[in-house]
Amino acid sequence: MKTVFERPKSLQDVKTHYCPGCTHGIVHRLVAEIMDELQIREETIGVCPVGCSVLAYNYFNCDMQQAAHGRAPAVATGIKRVLPDKVVFTYQGDGDLASIGTAEIIHAAARGENITVVFINNAIYGMTGGQMAPTTLVGQKTQTSPYGRDPKSAGYPIKMSEMLATLNGAGYIARVSVHDIKNINRAKRCIKKAFETQINKQGFSMVEVLSTCPTNWGMHPLDALKWLEENMIPCYPLGEYKTPGEVK
Amino acid sequence: MKILMKGNEAIGEAAIRAGCRFFFGYPITPQSELPAYLARKFPEVGGTFLQAESEIAAINMVYGAAGAGARVMTSSSSPGISLKQEGISYIAGAELPCVIVNIARGGPGLGDIQPAQSDYFQATKGGGHGDYKLIVLAPASVQEIVDLVMDAFDLADLYRNPVMIIGDGALGQMMEPVEFKERKKIKLPPKDWTTTGMMGRKQNLINTLDLDPEGLERHNLKLKKKYDEIKKKEQRCEVIDCDDAEVIVVAYGTAARVVQTAQKRLRKEGVKVGIIRPITLWPFPEKTIKQYRDKVDSFLTVEMSTGQMVEDVELAVGGKAPVYFYGRTGGMIPTPGEITREVKKLASGGCK
Repeated sequence: MKTVFERPKSLQDVKTHYCPGCTHGIVHRLVAEIMDELQIREETIGVCPVGCSVLAYNYFNCDMQQAAHGRAPAVATGIKRVLPDKVVFTYQGDGDLASIGTAEIIHAAARGENITVVFINNAIYGMTGGQMAPTTLVGQKTQTSPYGRDPKSAGYPIKMSEMLATLNGAGYIARVSVHDIKNINRAKRCIKKAFETQINKQGFSMVEVLSTCPTNWGMHPLDALKWLEENMIPCYPLGEYKTPGEVK
Repeated sequence: MKILMKGNEAIGEAAIRAGCRFFFGYPITPQSELPAYLARKFPEVGGTFLQAESEIAAINMVYGAAGAGARVMTSSSSPGISLKQEGISYIAGAELPCVIVNIARGGPGLGDIQPAQSDYFQATKGGGHGDYKLIVLAPASVQEIVDLVMDAFDLADLYRNPVMIIGDGALGQMMEPVEFKERKKIKLPPKDWTTTGMMGRKQNLINTLDLDPEGLERHNLKLKKKYDEIKKKEQRCEVIDCDDAEVIVVAYGTAARVVQTAQKRLRKEGVKVGIIRPITLWPFPEKTIKQYRDKVDSFLTVEMSTGQMVEDVELAVGGKAPVYFYGRTGGMIPTPGEITREVKKLASGGCK
């Protein structure tokens, strides 16, 4: 019988802990497919954040380190400096990367640290039960912005890709979404470019992935995908914000 | 051959000779000569020096580098060491070998930049969250800095545990002749747990999370077993003139140097005073203190703090003799005259 679809070697054969409809699973699969395609699984070290994807080490079939909240880029820096010819990536959520870990991500990018960052932006803290994130939209209701995020007291969403793209050390910065097939395919191409940027030693690379959190958004998974498209993309425009000349 | 070196620079040179090739740190007084030395010297030996964006980032870089199998070091001074505590807890939990240097200064808060020993509790009792221990080494001379820094890397690898070198501004800044002796290589366990890419083996994972409380308890008990072994095997101290002593002064680091000056004077005057100088602050050298606790009239603990190690002295003495304390704090150093006066209060013939 012809095999038409199978689990990438870079994913382990285990049950998922992610909620039904959560897009983490899609992004995990994309990263794993890319590791398979680039044949880097055996020479890759991944770094998990604190948040829903803290357990990513159960899923990725490569060496992994689990970092303190927000510190994944610093941990990845330590690994990469010791093993400059290996592939090092972090997988971080918006609370981890855009709130508690802003110093670490900005300086890793500024140093041109030759690592790849997969940044999941779902505009909410998932693991702790749905609190306001730095990327929560204006007016968005969360456990800690029950009347909707009011910029007068809670400020505005942080646009990490735009910010990091201003830094000379950043080689590749893109924002993608996983709300439909077309965008999932595009997301894969961009994440692959990010890994290639690292393999070609062209500096820091990050792909921000707009994602859903049906559980904490309080939505049906399909409604969540629609909500992402209609509300998040206007605030977080998709596209490549920085590309190294050589990467095609 | 002996060469004249500053304490902070001697730490750097000793680290290089111990095979350390990675340093991550953030500037703070009074330890600046150490990162400056490594920034200058590391390129010659193929080492990596990185000035991090914060102490927090620096200690997490140490986590990553240690997990990737490197001999790695960071250094700071008291307020910066406070910032590193989160990372130190993770490093201890994940059992990563590394060396952390604290050239301590006066606190609390921003304090000052003068020598102090007020970080004893932080270094020996935990500092960060969770059940864990650092091996804490307290040199009292530049030569001892060299020897202990080299030991520190071996101890870290031997026990898969972070080791802290605790000095102070005075030790960091003073210059003394030092010798880098040829050292015996000790047998260290293989680093087969590091994350270096699987290359045909199963996944290696550096981790501190275990959501299953039974699993986490097992991990804590495993750590406890290791700490018990360290406690049994690694207590170190220097014992000076204790056999006929009526009073034993317990002091470490810079305070112990001042105590030694006072003790020589007192001995000349016929006062029977000895010194126990802890070299390991954790494990605390309680076995040695227990040997003397029935033989002396009293113990005097001298510290550059308002009294922290004195609690460990009291625990070791276990009520068998009175334990007194004398300290200066906030960056002040006790004088030999002050210590002489305190000892005379306790020694026979002196007025108590």
